[in-house]
Amino acid sequence: MAATAPDQTDQGSYDVEFRSVVKHFGDVKAVDDVSFALKRGSFHSFLGPSGCGKTTSLRLIAGFEQPDAGAIEIAGQSVVGVPAYRRPVNMVFQHYALFPHMDVAANVGYGLRQRKPRPSESEVAARVAEALELVRLPQLASRRVWELSGGQQQRVALARALINRPTVLLLDEPLAALDRKLRREMQIELQNLQREVGITFVLVTHDQEEALSMSDTIGIMKDGKVVQFGTPEELYDAPVNRYVADFVGESNFFPGSVASTDREGATLVTASGLTLRAPYSRLGTRLSPGDRGSIAVRPEAIGLWRPTRVPAGLDVTRPARLLNRIYLGDHSEFQIEAEGLGPVLVRLPKSDEAQELEPGDQVVMGWNHERALALGEG
Amino acid sequence: MLRGYAIFVYLFLYAPIALIVLFSFNSGNNASDLQGFAVTWYIKAAGNTLMLGALKNSVIIATASAILATFMGTMAALALQNLRGPLRVLFDGLTYVAIMVPGIVIGIATLIALVTTFDVTNALIADLWPGEAPPKLGLGYGSIIAAHTLFAMALVIVIVRARIAGMDRALIEASADLYADPLATFRQVTLPQLAPGIIAGFLLSFTFSFDDFVIAFFVAGSQQTLPIYVFSSIRRGVTPEINAIGTAVMLFSLTALITAQVLLRRGKRPAQ
Ligand SMILES: Nc1ncnc2c1ncn2[C@@H]1O[C@H](COP(=O)(O)OP(=O)(O)O)[C@@H](O)[C@H]1O
Ligand SMILES: [Mg+2]
Repeated sequence: MAATAPDQTDQGSYDVEFRSVVKHFGDVKAVDDVSFALKRGSFHSFLGPSGCGKTTSLRLIAGFEQPDAGAIEIAGQSVVGVPAYRRPVNMVFQHYALFPHMDVAANVGYGLRQRKPRPSESEVAARVAEALELVRLPQLASRRVWELSGGQQQRVALARALINRPTVLLLDEPLAALDRKLRREMQIELQNLQREVGITFVLVTHDQEEALSMSDTIGIMKDGKVVQFGTPEELYDAPVNRYVADFVGESNFFPGSVASTDREGATLVTASGLTLRAPYSRLGTRLSPGDRGSIAVRPEAIGLWRPTRVPAGLDVTRPARLLNRIYLGDHSEFQIEAEGLGPVLVRLPKSDEAQELEPGDQVVMGWNHERALALGEG
Repeated sequence: MLRGYAIFVYLFLYAPIALIVLFSFNSGNNASDLQGFAVTWYIKAAGNTLMLGALKNSVIIATASAILATFMGTMAALALQNLRGPLRVLFDGLTYVAIMVPGIVIGIATLIALVTTFDVTNALIADLWPGEAPPKLGLGYGSIIAAHTLFAMALVIVIVRARIAGMDRALIEASADLYADPLATFRQVTLPQLAPGIIAGFLLSFTFSFDDFVIAFFVAGSQQTLPIYVFSSIRRGVTPEINAIGTAVMLFSLTALITAQVLLRRGKRPAQ
């Protein structure tokens, strides 16, 4: 769909390419006409809610599933019909899938021992040590895998995949089972590891923070389709529609019907009769009068004042009541109920004078048009 | 009250067995008159050539049928996992029925089936045989092994199926992902994962065959197995020697059963 069209003159620089790939399970279209191309050596994520087809996309690359239609290429070679054990990709499974009847070293060396011709045991041992070094577990080679913690199992799974020096490394929600602190550490480590080995990483996650912080490119998925494909900045600054804006970062959405449009943006009328104007997102769908759409405003784009201290020159101001304030260290989040707009989330830095406001206070909220986006539904 | 009841039940279950063990160490000649501790009857039993012949038969039959049942049962279990829908339900049902059917029914049914088959095939062989004395198929080793294999195979199928169901499918995919072709995956991942179930199935098959009297009695022909020997000896009166044999058999079977249990239990250790 909105994925970057593969550059015809530069075929060799893509490690994974989907062209109109379709995969059904009975009536479910798990992957529905998906096209994208992942640059060699990049860190890519598929982001979307559970059931949107992320795992299926990964399994299509790994070769555990075959597409019903479309073309899949790995390093420029078509792999349609090629079984998993002949593909130059390796996967880190969601629950690691370490072999319980083997120790750590045997798990890590497994891939090398399947190669024909089979490398010598001394070479396998050397490469295993190297791989365990890479994931910082050198002392655990002779441990049984069930004796390891979740984080250690994760690293063993990584070493077991990376030792094969695959063209592409696939990671299916690799951090979902880890606790928050460890997850943050592993995110950084994965990113460093990817730079170090230079292999194309494809990660699947439903955690937007994870995708945003680690990836060079992200594919936002919904119902088996890639809704938008781009860099984290593109997705944040120029979402194609409300779905993407909702998934990447946080936004307040004020839905309405489009009253008028011009080249720059659109004017919407909300159900409560308010008229709101905003520019289009740079990559967003253009709207026509009568369409349903939303004005999206980031929580940090909205200001909050006592009624007597409202600055002049704001495009939108609404009286509101402060419901709750959540202190978050260097900033605070305010939940307010604005007249005609309903519940609104506002995020202000510690230095803002609104920090003195108390729940129950009457306030005024406001923003400028250019800080908002007019987005289509979807 | 409930505790007293439980004690009574266990007493009822195990007292006869305990008595057999106790009397097997009786130094006296009479099975029901305890005179002192001795292992004379074990030594005597160990020198009993009739008993030893029967024991040898039992070991050969149990080994052969356990090997056959384990091999065929494992293959069947692996094939059955690919079956879906009503056919699978049917085969599952048939497997369980084979286990539930009383031994006496299996014994009679196998006997009739074998005798009928032998009648037909022996006539056929006699017709086709070029020489004077055509070989004749009859009851014996082969028929006991066949009957035991049939029953034990159902046991193995159930046990191995349970292992397959408990196995993480992702392990197979992980192996394929790491460049192992299907045969290499079977050898290096599937088989080791199923091994506890397969060995437990073998041990259970072996003990079943080794201890079985009912089925063997029907299809043994003139062959003696240990249980048949014990049964025929008892008709001449229970001697302390029989107690000694019984105790030895029990000890052996118990060891095998406990080993099987341990294997099945340890096999359940979670993968993560
Ligand atoms: N093997 C399968 N059989 C049937 N349906 C499946 C299978 N795998 C996935 N699906 C369905 O395909 C859709 C996408 O699944 P999946 O790719 O696992 O989503 P995600 O990883 O994004 O949560 C879901 O509706 C799921 O139920
Ligand atoms: Mg998934």
